[in-house]
Amino acid sequence: MSRLHSRHLLGLENVPRDDIELILKTTDSFREVIDRTIKKVPTLRGITVLNLFYEPSTRTRISFELAEKRLSADTINFTTTTSSVKKGESLRDTVQNIEAMKIDMVVVRHNSPGVPLYLTTCMDANIVNAGDGSHEHPTQALLDMYTIWKKYGKIDGLRVVLVGDVKHSRVIRSNVWGLKTMGASVALCGPSTLLPYEVEKFGCDIYTNIDEALEGADVVNVMRIQLERQQSGLFPSQREYTNLFGINKERLKLLNRNFTIMHPGPINRGVEITSEVADSGHSVILEQVTNGQAVRMAVLYLLSGRKEEAR
Amino acid sequence: MASKKYDLVIKGGRVIDPALGFGKDAGVFIKDGLIKKIAAVSAAESKEIAALGEKQLIDASGMLVVPGLIDIHVHLREPGREDAETIESGCRAAAAGGFTSVCCMPNTTPCIDNQETVKFVQDRAKDCNAHVFVVGAVTKNLEGRELSEIGDLVKMGAVAVSDDGKYPQNPEIMRRGLEYAKMFDISVMQHAEDQLLSAGAVMNESYQSARLGLKGAPPVAEEIAVLRDIALCRFTGSRLHIQHVSTRGAVEAIRKAKAEGVNVTAEATPHHLILTDEEIGKAFNTNLRVNPPIRGADDRDAVIEGLVDGTIDCIASDHAPHPEEEKDCEFDRAPAGMIGLETTLGLVKTYLIDKGYLSWADAIRKMTANPARILKLPGGTLEAGSPADIAIIDPEKRWTVKAEKFRSKSKNSPFIGWKLTGRVRTTILGGRIVFEQ
Repeated sequence: MSRLHSRHLLGLENVPRDDIELILKTTDSFREVIDRTIKKVPTLRGITVLNLFYEPSTRTRISFELAEKRLSADTINFTTTTSSVKKGESLRDTVQNIEAMKIDMVVVRHNSPGVPLYLTTCMDANIVNAGDGSHEHPTQALLDMYTIWKKYGKIDGLRVVLVGDVKHSRVIRSNVWGLKTMGASVALCGPSTLLPYEVEKFGCDIYTNIDEALEGADVVNVMRIQLERQQSGLFPSQREYTNLFGINKERLKLLNRNFTIMHPGPINRGVEITSEVADSGHSVILEQVTNGQAVRMAVLYLLSGRKEEAR
Repeated sequence: MASKKYDLVIKGGRVIDPALGFGKDAGVFIKDGLIKKIAAVSAAESKEIAALGEKQLIDASGMLVVPGLIDIHVHLREPGREDAETIESGCRAAAAGGFTSVCCMPNTTPCIDNQETVKFVQDRAKDCNAHVFVVGAVTKNLEGRELSEIGDLVKMGAVAVSDDGKYPQNPEIMRRGLEYAKMFDISVMQHAEDQLLSAGAVMNESYQSARLGLKGAPPVAEEIAVLRDIALCRFTGSRLHIQHVSTRGAVEAIRKAKAEGVNVTAEATPHHLILTDEEIGKAFNTNLRVNPPIRGADDRDAVIEGLVDGTIDCIASDHAPHPEEEKDCEFDRAPAGMIGLETTLGLVKTYLIDKGYLSWADAIRKMTANPARILKLPGGTLEAGSPADIAIIDPEKRWTVKAEKFRSKSKNSPFIGWKLTGRVRTTILGGRIVFEQ
């Protein structure tokens, strides 16, 4: 199978294992392109990609934009500050106007869950979700999985702990779906106020004690903790968060020998993770960033040119 | 001449009037806009009837003939949002759904918290296809701060008061509202939702909200509100009506309160009796965004149990029109509410009667006699001397809900495309045919 089941990447929930494996394998060849002196291939020549960002983003937008440019696509960027959104235009009108300019693919970030799916009802372009509210962020999870796969040569059977704001994290959600599909054993850990109601139905092991969560794990993926959650009363202070959930050198002893530390960034050094850990030999945080570009190249390549078809 | 004796005769149908405990084949005889009698058609009358003109005789063979349905919870949007619905279009939708009486909520612009606006609605409702009964505001502009002039509202004809859509968060105001309404022996209809617990929510809080990353309203936000108001109702000895019950906690609280003799009544909507929050993730259909939100299966089942055992007295639609341009957007930015007048009957038949939860008589009681009793409305029965408000139902008619067929000005229904059984064939208001399929 060399084709994805869908012509969009909206999330990882319900994406079959075949598709994830295809993306990871395809990523390999683009990862090699990035390491060349001339980091460009003609794969998407003539394809126009719109980066539609309704939420501020630096790294994800740059990563997508570089991926597009390295594939020789034409790219345009649209952000809320330069759009007609502030004039009260509806999302449907905005994207239909943009599509009238002949856009082939849209990479969308928006703070409302479901917007990527909604866009598929507004336009014919291939849609790639670059983060929709607290719902999903599939390319982040794919790059996390690619990074794990490259290090261990497998994902099956590994123990992965996702630590942080489970309630609001789209990165955690996409990782949960992807990792479970790929056969990993997934644990979620965070303060009980940041675990969503009925979190046990995700089918992961749930912890509110970080030491118990880390016991025997291979990979720890640490999420950024946002100050606004403290302000809305979900936890008492950053200090207490750091004490209870911060990943420090002492806690690493609980992990399996060949462990890996990950973080999707941006990092709050000294809050959810100490600098010592973030910069240690076990940390693959910068490797994740590089892999992110290759994963996005693979996704854009696999989706490009795919039209609505009868199945 | 026979036509002198009766203006309209409905023959051949099975007449169901729960208020009278009546349920058999009979003719319904109408004169001067009133029910003259329900009776088996005698041999002598049979001749007279045969002589009646086409417009005076309705053959209801195979049909159910029931009192015009009553929906005590609708939003007609006028004054203020005539782009979404007008009193005229809302009444046409009511007639098309078999409803001859509706109670309109006061969250209009201006708000129905004064006599002039009550009068305006009543004037606009004249000659419409349904009776419109006005529900006034408990507090001025629904702000939960000062009581509205409830005495004035009642004098002008308001049948109840409600701050629907809002919840008077301050228990002192709610206490005074209940006490004050008691003077006029009217119900306070409560949208029971602790809005501090549900702030920012756009769906039920559950695994589904966890999955979708949408902010959820916890079921306890309703339970707490219901428990508080039952306590206040018990304390004040007033009459409380809980609107759109959606949770097990609320059903159990109401059941217990009723057993203790607290004067509380309750309604449930078809959508809370049928849908679950699993629907939302399928397509993020904004027509599923409603308040209170569609809950999980356990809550839904508890609401059905409550309806079956009488804890919940009646079915009401919470018909809430919104124009397409407001609903065609991101899920969490869509306004809450769905229309219901034209789908209630089919949904009740398909999902409550056909599934064995209710008999036709039970269902009709919850859409006629019971709502009439709660708000002391005229009608809800075919007793001789009552207004000739009648729905003739084709009980086995199969049909598909289609947006373009709605009489309502708005089309925001999550049931579009659903195949239902049971539909009104003819609606009669005061002896006048206001709707025919």
